[in-house]
Amino acid sequence: MQESVTAALGITVNGEATSTTAATLAELVESLGHEARSVATAVNGAFVARAARGTHRLAPGDAVEIVAPRQGG
Amino acid sequence: MTIIPPAPSAAARTGFTVYGVELPSRLLLGTSRYPSPHIMQQAVAASGAGVVTVSLRRENARSGAGQRFLDLIKEMGVAVLPNTAGCRTAKEAITTAQMAREIFDTSWIKLEVIGNDDTLQPDLFGLVEAAGALSRDGFSVFPYTTEDLVAAERLMAAGCQVLMPWGAPIGTGRGLANPYALRSMRKYFPGTPLIVDAGIGAPSHAAQAMEMGYDGVLLNTAVANAADPVRMARAFADAIHAGREAYEAGLMDVRDMAVPSTPVAGTPFFDIGS
Repeated sequence: MQESVTAALGITVNGEATSTTAATLAELVESLGHEARSVATAVNGAFVARAARGTHRLAPGDAVEIVAPRQGG
Repeated sequence: MTIIPPAPSAAARTGFTVYGVELPSRLLLGTSRYPSPHIMQQAVAASGAGVVTVSLRRENARSGAGQRFLDLIKEMGVAVLPNTAGCRTAKEAITTAQMAREIFDTSWIKLEVIGNDDTLQPDLFGLVEAAGALSRDGFSVFPYTTEDLVAAERLMAAGCQVLMPWGAPIGTGRGLANPYALRSMRKYFPGTPLIVDAGIGAPSHAAQAMEMGYDGVLLNTAVANAADPVRMARAFADAIHAGREAYEAGLMDVRDMAVPSTPVAGTPFFDIGS
């Protein structure tokens, strides 16, 4: 019998508690409907480059930030 | 005889060089708080600014707002200077800068580390720490700082090649709150690009900074919140031009007592006692 690899994970995304079946940061970004090139990401306060998202595995309790360009002064 | 006035000098229209890049204008403009994206674009064009400031904010799922804003900025053909607005620690600012570098594809960063919610005053200790880390990581850091000369020295030692002292707290429009300290800073760093950032409320404030010999001014609210942002952008461009021309022309010395401008010699009746 095959073990499930898609157990839901409790994390926060932009400060909001959520659960996800995404295993990696890249999967999470995609599952939230973001274009990979249109957002930047950090996990637990540390920058995760676009190229590293695919190998960055999510862990329970991770605090993920997903940001995009905005007006600024 | 017809007197032909000389053509207006183009000298002060030209910008200055920072991190090896020649900026086309001495005005750097923020992109926030305009009545509409269209007016923002028009104001930037009217201002002649070659650099605009931008930020990063949390993106909602399936929003696409960030990409739309980025497209808007790219249409304008200006350089972007991303900020770390709202960061309260060196760590937050460093991570924000790294995210900004990736998404805006620039190593320029307007470094803000805020130490107080009421004054939005820079936390100089966190600022120096973040400036050092980011400079070592290849960033060109534009630090939002105060007029403090010791902090300025530390920022330069940390790798900064430009300093951006505040005129007054962000968004207050109070102008140059401490002109003496800003003059001292200009004298102390004669060869360093200096930009007054924040607190500018009126074109006269920008002109004052330029008359002191500052290389540029960075402002946002004064233009964005004007009844007519496009005209105000033009007014700032004119004031900055006038202030720089005055600086380059050499301002007269200030005196305590009156000195007649009309020649004294030959004054009628001057030898007749009253």
